[in-house]
Amino acid sequence: MSINRREFLKIAGSSTVLALGGLSVSTLLKKSLLEASQVMPDPRALVAKRWGMVVDISKFKTEEDYRVCTEACHRVHNVPNVGTIKEEIKWIWKETYEHAFPGQEDEFLSPEIKHLPFLVLCNHCDNPPCVRVCPTKATFKRESDGIVMMDMHRCIGCRFCMAACPYGARSFNYRDPRPFIDKEKENLEFPTRMKGVVEKCTFCYERLAKGLIPACVEASQELARKTGREPGLIFGDLEDPNSEVRKILSTRYSFRRKPELGTRPGVYYILG
Amino acid sequence: MYDGWKIILGLIIFIGIATFPFLYDMGKAAVPPPKPNIDTPEIQKMAVKKCIETKSFMRAEHMVMLNDWRDFVVRDGDRLYTASDGHQYTMSLQNTCMKCHSNKTKFCDECHNYMAVTPYCWDCHIAPKEEKT
Repeated sequence: MSINRREFLKIAGSSTVLALGGLSVSTLLKKSLLEASQVMPDPRALVAKRWGMVVDISKFKTEEDYRVCTEACHRVHNVPNVGTIKEEIKWIWKETYEHAFPGQEDEFLSPEIKHLPFLVLCNHCDNPPCVRVCPTKATFKRESDGIVMMDMHRCIGCRFCMAACPYGARSFNYRDPRPFIDKEKENLEFPTRMKGVVEKCTFCYERLAKGLIPACVEASQELARKTGREPGLIFGDLEDPNSEVRKILSTRYSFRRKPELGTRPGVYYILG
Repeated sequence: MYDGWKIILGLIIFIGIATFPFLYDMGKAAVPPPKPNIDTPEIQKMAVKKCIETKSFMRAEHMVMLNDWRDFVVRDGDRLYTASDGHQYTMSLQNTCMKCHSNKTKFCDECHNYMAVTPYCWDCHIAPKEEKT
């Protein structure tokens, strides 16, 4: 049987269409096998357009006020206590005014403010420089609520983000953190980190997903209840005009760390 | 052939080394494939002993599933997984998988060692506490 040019093209064309069709159907079937089931967020989760925090530093009177916040955070996130300043790992910590707000220390600033320790943490910037420099997108800003997240699975430990962060909010695991975590206080529901990754505050995304407020805010509220004072940390949605943080910000004078850099931090400070 | 004895000796040594692994293993019984142990208190309590998906699916695809879960949870913030039978589970290696499979050394490690794979899950995720036997 001979075949002319026209016949040949017809057969070739139709078999190509069939093969492509079959391929796409088979991939579709395969996909439905893997993804037959679906995923969704936990309905208990707290949601916001943009999470933010107000630190009312006038409510921090004693050493205890700072300690409960830091300890609550570091306990639930299995933050190691390495012991040296160079290798220190911190998510929320105490900083002097001069260090937290460089460039704003006026010559005749009242000594109380000058030596007042401020509670500082990751500012969850609206325009985060750490995200811009991350080569693996291990750190990224969540579109849903503005939290600057860490994906530890992707971090390669290049520390560009640490160089980029103007607030020193990031810590590097120079060594395996496991031996430096108190086994008694270990939170078995949260992972630790491994050697060679960068970590920082994540606004307790794992607690928000379960409908809980961040650990530091909870600790601050608990202490406030015990002592009959007001809590120093207030957490809420910056985009919601009726949220607690917005109410405070609209009535009090607030300031942020290094706003001139254009990172638009989400942590506000008030002096009372 | 110049230096024939050197060449032949070299060839014999080469063949000896190249075939050594095969000759060494000849006649030995193959290592039996491991049977992952599912005897944990949590699983014993279940009326119907089944994982979130079918056994064959989990056996072949659990690593793909864990990778997907990781991306869903960390990057998209989706935490609930609806299995093909309609049940909902929280996507968490440490808090869901290992709640039932609390015998990591008998369940995970046996197969992984047999297959000579070393997943790095446990560098960060805390393995359940097991009593040493």
